[in-house]
Amino acid sequence: MSLGMKRSTPKLGQWFRGAALSLLTLGVLASCSPADPEPESSGTLPLTKLITAEQYSNSLAYIFGSGIDTQVQFAPVARNEGLLANSLATAGVSVGQVQTIQSVASSVARQVMNVENRNHLVACRPEAIDGADETCAADFISKIGRLLFRRALTDNEIATFVEQASVSAQELDGEELDGDKLDGFYAGLEVVLEGLLLHPEVLFIVETAEQDPNNPEQLRLDAYSLASRLSFFLWNASPDDELLAAAESGELQSPGGVERAVDRMLESPRLVEGMRAFFDDMLVFNEFKTLAKDATIYPEFTSVTAQDAREQTLRTIIDHTLNKDQDYRDLFTSRSTFMSPALAIIYGVPAQPGWAPYTFAEDSPRAGLLTQVSFLALTSHPGRSSVTLRGMALRERLLCQTVPEPPPGIDFSVVSNPDAHYPTQRQRVAAHLETPSCAGCHRITDPIGLSLEQFDGAGGYRLTENGATIDATGGLDGFEFDGAIGLGEALSQNPELPRCLVQRVYSYATGGPPEIEARAALDYFNEEFAADGYKLRNLLRTIALSKSFTLIQQSADEEERLLATNSSQ
Amino acid sequence: MSKWNRRQVLKGMVKGVGVTVALPFLDYFLNGNGTALASGAPMPVRFGTWGYGLGGTGKLFVPQQTGPNYDLPEELSSWAPIQNDVNLFTNGHAFPDASPNRNHYTGWVVSRTGVAPDAGAGPSETIDLTIAKKIGGATRFNNLTATATADARDTYSYYNASTPNEPEWSPLAFYKRLFGLDFQDPNADEFERDARVIARQSVLSAIMDQERSLMKTVGVADRERLDQYFTGLRQLERQFEQRLTKPEPIASCVPPGQAPVDVAMDQSTESVKIRHQMMAELMAMAVACDQTRVFNMTYSAAFASTIRTGYEKPHHTCTHEEPVDEKLGYQENASFFTRRAMESWVDFVEVFKKIPEGDGTLLDNVLILGTTDVGYARTHSVDGMSVFLAGRAGGTVKSGHHIDLNGGSVAQVGYTALRLMGVDTPSWGTLSNESSDVISDVLV
Repeated sequence: MSLGMKRSTPKLGQWFRGAALSLLTLGVLASCSPADPEPESSGTLPLTKLITAEQYSNSLAYIFGSGIDTQVQFAPVARNEGLLANSLATAGVSVGQVQTIQSVASSVARQVMNVENRNHLVACRPEAIDGADETCAADFISKIGRLLFRRALTDNEIATFVEQASVSAQELDGEELDGDKLDGFYAGLEVVLEGLLLHPEVLFIVETAEQDPNNPEQLRLDAYSLASRLSFFLWNASPDDELLAAAESGELQSPGGVERAVDRMLESPRLVEGMRAFFDDMLVFNEFKTLAKDATIYPEFTSVTAQDAREQTLRTIIDHTLNKDQDYRDLFTSRSTFMSPALAIIYGVPAQPGWAPYTFAEDSPRAGLLTQVSFLALTSHPGRSSVTLRGMALRERLLCQTVPEPPPGIDFSVVSNPDAHYPTQRQRVAAHLETPSCAGCHRITDPIGLSLEQFDGAGGYRLTENGATIDATGGLDGFEFDGAIGLGEALSQNPELPRCLVQRVYSYATGGPPEIEARAALDYFNEEFAADGYKLRNLLRTIALSKSFTLIQQSADEEERLLATNSSQ
Repeated sequence: MSKWNRRQVLKGMVKGVGVTVALPFLDYFLNGNGTALASGAPMPVRFGTWGYGLGGTGKLFVPQQTGPNYDLPEELSSWAPIQNDVNLFTNGHAFPDASPNRNHYTGWVVSRTGVAPDAGAGPSETIDLTIAKKIGGATRFNNLTATATADARDTYSYYNASTPNEPEWSPLAFYKRLFGLDFQDPNADEFERDARVIARQSVLSAIMDQERSLMKTVGVADRERLDQYFTGLRQLERQFEQRLTKPEPIASCVPPGQAPVDVAMDQSTESVKIRHQMMAELMAMAVACDQTRVFNMTYSAAFASTIRTGYEKPHHTCTHEEPVDEKLGYQENASFFTRRAMESWVDFVEVFKKIPEGDGTLLDNVLILGTTDVGYARTHSVDGMSVFLAGRAGGTVKSGHHIDLNGGSVAQVGYTALRLMGVDTPSWGTLSNESSDVISDVLV
C-alpha cells in the first residue's frame, strides 16, 4: 500500500502543454480571439445546488431587512475535496429538514405580516384589510417571488398564489390567533409567503443552460443562472434587484455587461459577507460550532474565546485581502490583526473593550494566521496540542494536499508509546517516524506540527512542556526552520499556497471540485493571480469573468433538458 | 387537486372549524385485556436505534457464557437492571469484501445497511429508514433522530449516501419540536381545528402541483433529489392533515410539563450523559404519544470525541495512544469511556421500560437495535463486533440472551430486526454480509 501523499493539484505545466497542443490540432482555438489569453474551456456542468442556511438567511435579510429573525439551521453537508460547498450539488433534503424549513418559513412570514412590519414590507396598501385585494396581493407576490425564486414568476404562478391569498383572506379574516383577531388580507398573504419560502425553487438553485448565440455549438448559463452563480459566489446570497434586472433586460449578457455587474459586486460591501463565507469554508471553521477545551486543563479557553478566535482570523483576512488589497501569501507572515478581550487573555496582551486593530511586536513569536488561536486551537485535542493534526491541516487546508488516513487494521501498539510519560510531544511522536508503516505520512505532517509546539492546545505561548524546554525545529518541503515564524515564511514562499487558493476559489465559484478539463483554466488563473501580485479581488474578477465560469458542457442530459424546455415553450 | 377543488375544500372546511369538541378521557380506548386498542388493532410495534463509537475491550466486554443469565463482564456491569430486556450479540464481523475497510465507518455501516461502503461513498439507506417507509407514514413525524454529542453531524441514519438524517442536538430544541406549540395532546379535553392549517395545506397543494414542471428542468440525478424534497412536502401535508384530525386518547402519553434547560454544549462524559438522558426521555414520550414510530439516538460518534474531565485526549485518540496499563492489562481510560457509553445504553432502555403501556411497558412494544463501529477499540478491528437488540417487539422476541455470532456478519441481526418489524424481504445486504436467515434464538 502506498502511503505517499496524494496531491489533488495536478501537474499543471505538463498538462497545459499537452492540452494546448491537442486543442490546436482540433482547431478549436479558431473561435478564440487572439487578444484573449484565456485557454479554451468547455465550462462546467449546470448544477442543482441546495441553498445553505447562511445563503437562505442572507437572501431573506436582503429582501426583508435585518429586523426579521431568519435563524435557520440546515443539516450539515459532507466536506468534499476541501470544501463543504462542493457537496451542495449532491446534498439531499431529509423529511425532517423540510419540517424545520417549514417552521422557519412560518416564523418569517408571521414577522413580515405583523402589525409592526407589514406597512413597510408590503409596498402596496389593500383597499381593506379584512378581505382579499388581488391587485395588492399580486404586486407583493410578484415582487417578493422574483427575489426569492431568483427569476420573474410566470403569470400562471402569480395567478395561482394570488388566488390562494384571496381565498385565505376571506376565510381567515376574524379568526383568532394568540388572542388577536386576524386581518384577512395580511393573514392570506402570510400563508402564501410561508409557502413561497419553502418552495423547492427557493431551496434549490437550479442552473439552466441555453445556446450561446456567439457560438451555437456551445452552451452557456442562461442570464438568471449566471446572475445566481455570480451572486452566491461573491455575496453568498441571492441576486439583488439590480442584478436580476440586468439578467431580465439582456444587459448582463450584452457586451461589457457581465464586467459591469462583476465590478459593481466586487465594490459592494456585500463582498465582505461573501468572502467571509468562503474562507470560513476553506479553513474548516464549521468545526468551531463544536470546539471545546477541557476546562480543567485550559480554564482560560471559553466558548467566547472560540467564537472570537474565528472572528479574529476572518477579520484579519478581510482586512488584509479586501480592505488593504495585499498579497494573499503575506497573510502567513503579517503581524497585523485584531484583538478582543477574550483573546487578549490567551495572547497575554493588554485588553481593550470590543475589537481593536492590533500589531504583534517584531520580537513576538507570533506572525501570520498559523500563529492565531483559530488555527492552533482547532487543530489540537481538548487537553493538548497535536503535532499531526496541525501538520495535516496545513497540508490539506492551505496546500490542497491529501494526507491519507492510517491504514485500517493497523496494530496500534507500534505507535502506542510504552512510556506515556515523555515530557514533550517531540519525544512522543518519535515512534511515528521510526515505524515504517507510519513514517510515510507522519514524515509529511509531524515536522510542520513540531515547529508550532511552542503553542499549546488552546493557542497559548509556552517555552516548556512538563518542565522540559520545547525544541521547535521543523521543516516544510525542503525548508528547515526553528519555530512558527520560520514556518510562516516557508509557507508563504511555497508555490502550492496560491495555487491551492485558486483551486478552492474556482471550486467554490462553480460548485464542485475541478474536473480534469479545468486544468488549463486553473493554470491560467494561477498565472493571472501571480501577475497581479496575488490580490484576491483580482482573482475573483478573473474567475467570475472567465469562460470556464459561464460556459456549460454539452452532455446528453443537457440536450434532453433543452429539448424538453423548447418543446414546452 | 385542481385549483377549483382546493377552493371548494377551503370554502367547505374553514367555516366549519372552531367547533369545540369535548372528549371524555377514559382508559376505555383499550380492550378488556389492555393488550390492544379498543378497535381491535394490536399495539403498534415501534423501531429504534442507538449507536455509540469504539466497541469495547475484548474480554472486559464479551461475556464468557452464552444463552440466558450470562455473566456480565466489567464493561457491561451496568447492564444488570436491563439484562433480561436485551439480547446481546457478540463475535460478529463486518465483512469489507472488495471494498476497503474504512476505519470507523465500515463497521457501523454494515450493521445498519448490510452493505460494505466503497471508498469515498456514503452509506445506502439505513435500516431505520427502510422500516420508516413501512411504519413511519401514520404519525406526525416519519422518524425522530437525536444525538447526545451536541454535534449536528453525528448521525447513524442516512436516506442515501448524500442525505444524512440530521439529528436534533439540543434538548430544548427537541422539546420545542415535539411538545411545543404544534403538539396536539391526544388526551386534551378540547379539540379545535386550526383554520390556518387548512390554508397552509391548500398552498402546499398548489406547490405540489408544480412538481412535474420543475422535474423537467433538471437532470436525472437531480430529479431524485427533488423527488426526495417532494416526499418531505408530502409528509408535511400528512402532518397538516393530522393536525386537523381529532387524535385518539392515549393513556401512556404524559407530555413533559415544562421545557428542559440545555446543559453546557461540551463533550464531557458528564454533559453527554445528561443530554442523552434528557433527549431519551423526550424521545420515549414522543413514541408513547404516537408522534413517531421510528427513532434514532446517537450516544457518541464513531470517531467518538467524548472527553474525560481532566484527561487530555478524547475517546478516539485515547484508544490509539493510551498505553495498556501493565497492572490492569488494558487501556484504563479507553475502558472508562466504554463503561460510560454502556451506562447510557442502560438509561436509554430504561426510559422505555418506565412508561406503562397496555398491561406492560412501552419496551414490550418496541425493538431497539444498538450498534457500534468496531470490535476491539484499541485495534479498531471489524471482527469481534457486538450488536444489541432491546425490547420485545410486541411479544415476538424473547430477550435476555447472549448469542455468539461465531464470526458471521453483524448484518444478520439487522435482517432479524427487519423481519420482526414486518419488512418482508428474502434477504438483506450484499456479498459476505448478505443475510437471509432470522436468528431464531431470539424468536418467541
